[in-house]
Amino acid sequence: MTQTPAGPHDYAEAPAGGLAVGEAPLGEPGEEVVAAGGKAIVGRSPGQLAWIRLKRDRVALVSGIVLVVMFILAIAAPLISKLYGANATDQHSDLLDTSGYPLGYLGGISGSHWLGLEPQLGRDVLMQLIYGMRTSLVIAFVSAIITVAIGIIIGIIAGYAGGVVDSILNWVIDLVLAFPFFIFCLAAIPVVTDAVYGSRGDVSALFRVGLIIGVFACFSWTYPARLVRGQVLSLREREFVEAARAAGAGMGHILFRQLLPNIWAPILVVFSLNVPSFITGEAALSFLNIGVVEPTPDLGRMINNGTSFLQTDPFYTMVSGATILILVLAFNLFGDSVRDALDPKSSR
Amino acid sequence: MTATASSAATSGVADDRPYLEVDDLRVQFKTEDGIVRAVDGISFALPRGRTLGIVGESGSGKSVTSLTVMGLHNAARTRITGSIKLDGREIVGLDDEQVRRMRGRDVAMIFQDPLSALHPYYTIGKQISEAYLVHHPGRKAEARKRAIEMLDRVGIPQPKKRADQYPHEFSGGMRQRAMIAMALVNDPSLLIADEPTTALDVTVQAQILDLLEDLQREFNSAIIMITHDLGVVSQVADEVMVMYGGHAIEFGSVEQVLRSPQHPYAWGLLQSVPSLRGNAEEDLDPIPGSPPSLINLPSGCAFHPRCAYKMVGGGPCDLEVPELLPTADAGHVVACHLPENERRRVYEEEIKLGAAQ
Amino acid sequence: MARYLIRRILLAVVTMFAVSVLTFLLFFAVPTSPAYVMCGKQCDAHAIAQTEQRLGLDKPIVTQYGEFMKGIAVGRTYGTGDLAVKCDAPCLGFSFRTNEPVTDIIKRTLPVTVSVVVGALVIQLVIGVGLGMISALRRGTAFDKAAVGVSLVGASMQIYFFGPILLLIFVYSLHWLPNPAYTSPFDDPFKWFTQMILPWVTLGFLNSAIYARLSRAQMLETLSEDFVRTARAKGLPKRKVYARHALRAAITPIVTIAGLDLGGALGGAVITETVFGVNGLGRTSVNAVNDLNLPVVMGTVLLAAFFIICMNIIVDVLYSVIDPRVRLS
Repeated sequence: MTQTPAGPHDYAEAPAGGLAVGEAPLGEPGEEVVAAGGKAIVGRSPGQLAWIRLKRDRVALVSGIVLVVMFILAIAAPLISKLYGANATDQHSDLLDTSGYPLGYLGGISGSHWLGLEPQLGRDVLMQLIYGMRTSLVIAFVSAIITVAIGIIIGIIAGYAGGVVDSILNWVIDLVLAFPFFIFCLAAIPVVTDAVYGSRGDVSALFRVGLIIGVFACFSWTYPARLVRGQVLSLREREFVEAARAAGAGMGHILFRQLLPNIWAPILVVFSLNVPSFITGEAALSFLNIGVVEPTPDLGRMINNGTSFLQTDPFYTMVSGATILILVLAFNLFGDSVRDALDPKSSR
Repeated sequence: MTATASSAATSGVADDRPYLEVDDLRVQFKTEDGIVRAVDGISFALPRGRTLGIVGESGSGKSVTSLTVMGLHNAARTRITGSIKLDGREIVGLDDEQVRRMRGRDVAMIFQDPLSALHPYYTIGKQISEAYLVHHPGRKAEARKRAIEMLDRVGIPQPKKRADQYPHEFSGGMRQRAMIAMALVNDPSLLIADEPTTALDVTVQAQILDLLEDLQREFNSAIIMITHDLGVVSQVADEVMVMYGGHAIEFGSVEQVLRSPQHPYAWGLLQSVPSLRGNAEEDLDPIPGSPPSLINLPSGCAFHPRCAYKMVGGGPCDLEVPELLPTADAGHVVACHLPENERRRVYEEEIKLGAAQ
Repeated sequence: MARYLIRRILLAVVTMFAVSVLTFLLFFAVPTSPAYVMCGKQCDAHAIAQTEQRLGLDKPIVTQYGEFMKGIAVGRTYGTGDLAVKCDAPCLGFSFRTNEPVTDIIKRTLPVTVSVVVGALVIQLVIGVGLGMISALRRGTAFDKAAVGVSLVGASMQIYFFGPILLLIFVYSLHWLPNPAYTSPFDDPFKWFTQMILPWVTLGFLNSAIYARLSRAQMLETLSEDFVRTARAKGLPKRKVYARHALRAAITPIVTIAGLDLGGALGGAVITETVFGVNGLGRTSVNAVNDLNLPVVMGTVLLAAFFIICMNIIVDVLYSVIDPRVRLS
């Protein structure tokens, strides 16, 4: 096969043979024909091709910019706080009326408090949002990284070892999947907190964050593990791995040099799905009062606080809800684009 | 493309009026990257009882041609010009409903991979009788009887029992037989077979081709056999059309095209076929390069970038599109700028020996 | 088939056993002192010890687990003598707070959750799947683009944001709907319906977005299948090609996913019920979690796991009925 189409098919498996490459299907004859033709661009790795496709995608561009802005805001939160002149915890009670609602319109928007103040406590909403995003992103990213890491390790072990080890790990995966994830999360967090802190009360924010991450990781590694296992099973029979084995390559070499580079794409996809789902999961826990504790700012808890003032000061709930929505939407859109770029056959 | 192949085809079969007449057919799709000229001026004619082989690489337009005859293209994105006449009736521009009525009844199709072409959730018998029922509404019992009859006819043992089985319970060859039974259930006058044997074992391939020939004799239908396999063509076809980049580049009887091909692309096809009698030590010669982009065809002869005999640098090959012109052999037409004697010489001296001789 | 089912059920029993052990360990071995938690701050050491004894918390953990399982199977008696309290099978203990048997709490709150979940399921199957299928069939049209856009936003939307918005609009501002609550449909179907609309719409719409994306992708994939082309080649009218051939194949994985989702629906119900203040099993368990009311939480977790495991088996069997290629053996 000398054929090197630049069309959307390189990432898919190489066609089986000779001239019998798939003919134009009924629905979309054009695409196949283009694929067969294509411009003669030679020697691009799937990664490069995916990158080229991603750069062309306008949705990816917009959502990517939104994400970068949010990241910068979250990282630079202390700096912003300094420039802006307020932080997330100061209570500006002088700007509240007697019943604890911010003075002025739309939750007390003013030159010094751009998104107004929190009812009752009088904290600055903008800074709470920015610090809340920081909390969300830290939890989501760390959880996703740990989840994927555990998944890769267990998946590779199950897929590569096979036999009894594989059966046991598979059963463990089934077991974990049988746990009602969300309900178990919300049950486990207070119980473990109680076990560690007992009646002493003051739970450290770091401990709670760590606990949430731990619980997320405990229940979410199954999907990447299954995926990696499946990939490893199909890859280990492929020629290049056989060849490496025949050449006397060690286990470590085969795993990390031969297998991993071939499964990074699906792993990236899982990662891009996990991050937004952890953001919403964390916010949901906090919404139920089981997430991050005061005074660490948190988006989910902001919504929860806001629901008590829904009739009197809806702006507070709307602002925090919209922030989560934008964050998650940007992640989902960007994740979709990444998926499309990696697997052009997927139809969105 | 005016001295068309239709004259060549009709000349083969005395005064029999052709059942299918395709004249200057052009099919274009709009895509994001531009307009794809999948078929660019194809003409041929096919009478009942005869078989036309269409040969070419993927993307040469051979499948698009057949899908267009079936009316199975995506109407929203496709532009079709030219004429397709079925039994004298023009079907380009006919409304969807009328084309649908003719589909499966007058023209039927067999696809490449019978496993994916059959619905996994319905029994074979049900799928065949459904094809009958579309065109004979309300005759359920008759449809089932007919389905079993057809299964028997295509050589499936215990047809009654097999009719109640699902496609995954059939072997590859049996599935393709069932597919053929489904296509023939309404006695179509034209049968289009799109790579019907590609997905099958070689031994099964031969059986299926034999079956098709038998059935053609029995039903006197016209067959279009689309394939990239010259072996299949030599076994079943009466006439052969070679396609490249949406154009017909050579047309003639199976003898003419396979025994004395005159287009360098056809030589390439011949040379890339392994031969039993040839030298086992010798490597096959694949055609260098890749099929052209149908959005952006090479200038002049679409094959010239891959052609070893091209005349460029002032020469016509990269400038002018060659026309399909008659050769000394009646009925054999070729689209190539090389002079005919030169083509004959090169074939006799350089190609013939290396190819399947 | 029968053999497969038996093996499957046996495996499910083992899994259920493992879930119960792990849950039990989490709730009764991890906390410093369940009796302390149960008794509350006003208890002195003596009261705690009494409670421990009555609940059998002073016994080894294995014995405790054995008694707990026995309680589920045949019932058990807490305490001795005058203080003995009989708890009928399936006994999941008593609420630490109200002393109500956990089984009764579940019986009281489960219908509420079922109401919420089933109503939402109907919406997401009709609207979600319908929207996805239609937009796949009209790929590239304005309708499709709008549906894709809406479902993208919907899939990123959260119940705890969407719910308050709807509450604000339809209950607080327009006063079109009453505050959500639960009335048994057997007592007052109309009231039941009007009070449930908001939770149904909230949960159902957000899930619809996910189902629409899923169905659209599934349908598009099916439409490019060879067998759909075969159906058209037979001369079947479009309507029949879509309904009989494409839909049949595209819907199968969606049925599976819907079944699995139904098994895990309690998780989604937790937030919906909390947002709208509907006292279903979900909200009850959240309250129990915040009170460290362990028996109630334990009961909910076990019940939720039981649903998930059951739905897994049902979906497997269902799949083999829908798809003839799958033979259970």
